[in-house]
Amino acid sequence: MTNKKDILTIAGRTYQSRLLVGTGKYKDFEQTRLAIDASGAEIITVAIRRTNIGQNEGEPSLLDFVPPDRFTYLPNTAGCYSADDAIRTLRLARELLDGHKLVKLEVLGDPKTLYPNVIETLKAAETLVKEGFDVMVYTSDDPIIAKELENIGCCAIMPLASLIGSGMGILNPWNLQIIIEHTKVPVLVDAGVGTASDATIAMELGCAGVLMNTAIANAHNPILMAAAMKKAIEAGREAYLAGRMVKKLYSASPSSPTQGMIS
Amino acid sequence: MNQATSMNLKINGNIKYFDDNSMTVEGLVMRLNLTGKRIAIEKNGMIISKSEFHQAHLQDGDQLEIVGAVGGG
Repeated sequence: MTNKKDILTIAGRTYQSRLLVGTGKYKDFEQTRLAIDASGAEIITVAIRRTNIGQNEGEPSLLDFVPPDRFTYLPNTAGCYSADDAIRTLRLARELLDGHKLVKLEVLGDPKTLYPNVIETLKAAETLVKEGFDVMVYTSDDPIIAKELENIGCCAIMPLASLIGSGMGILNPWNLQIIIEHTKVPVLVDAGVGTASDATIAMELGCAGVLMNTAIANAHNPILMAAAMKKAIEAGREAYLAGRMVKKLYSASPSSPTQGMIS
Repeated sequence: MNQATSMNLKINGNIKYFDDNSMTVEGLVMRLNLTGKRIAIEKNGMIISKSEFHQAHLQDGDQLEIVGAVGGG
């Protein structure tokens, strides 16, 4: 049923799926793989961390289960609290992934809330764009900052729905709507989605996509939740494209004919 | 002191002793059983690209970061 022409374009590349998923917090790599498969996601985020030196030589790695040739890897800067750390991490990621340019920038401001530090984010975005990165940027739901990030040249703006890992859903749909209305590049909700209806609401608002991790990984059945999210994203997108009816407190137009009533 | 035949490298925050003072990054990668693994290496704050591994010589006191991709959101 989905219109085949309704594709997501980010930095010149096209994607069928509007659901982007993280690869953290799963029980094991096998569960990660099954959940990603069920989600239908084509873009998956990965973190860059120190390699274990001299430990378990044959230990499997994430890459064995979700091979980079089958997915678009989106290296992130999770855990970075300064522009410099984020830039350093993504330069390493580019080297690690053979010149891969598409990245997720996030610079955090506070370890308790993981709220983004938009000042450092703006600084990092500027440098990264100059260095040729395609920057998908995690940010607050502040429309002015979102605009600044777009002006810098970020290829996607990714405001939070609520705090990372909180599962609180979309706390400020009005701000998201303002951001969506004023942004030409894709706007994706990143962080805060808790369940399928949250993802649907994000898509109904007109988001180009949703990025999530915890909502799937921390579900009791992550694989089933991944499948639910896939449908939620599709349903929300189709509802957005279809255009919803106008809300009315009372309906003066019954759905059934008023003529031909038996009397 | 036998600086002529050994060196200490700080790798991912830990000091490691090597009984070799003429090692390249390629040699180190081999010694650490990381050959063929998808990694990126930074030496003293500068990224060493894979094509430079064989000619990047290591010195006593060099600081290295060796990173890979892991699960994350």
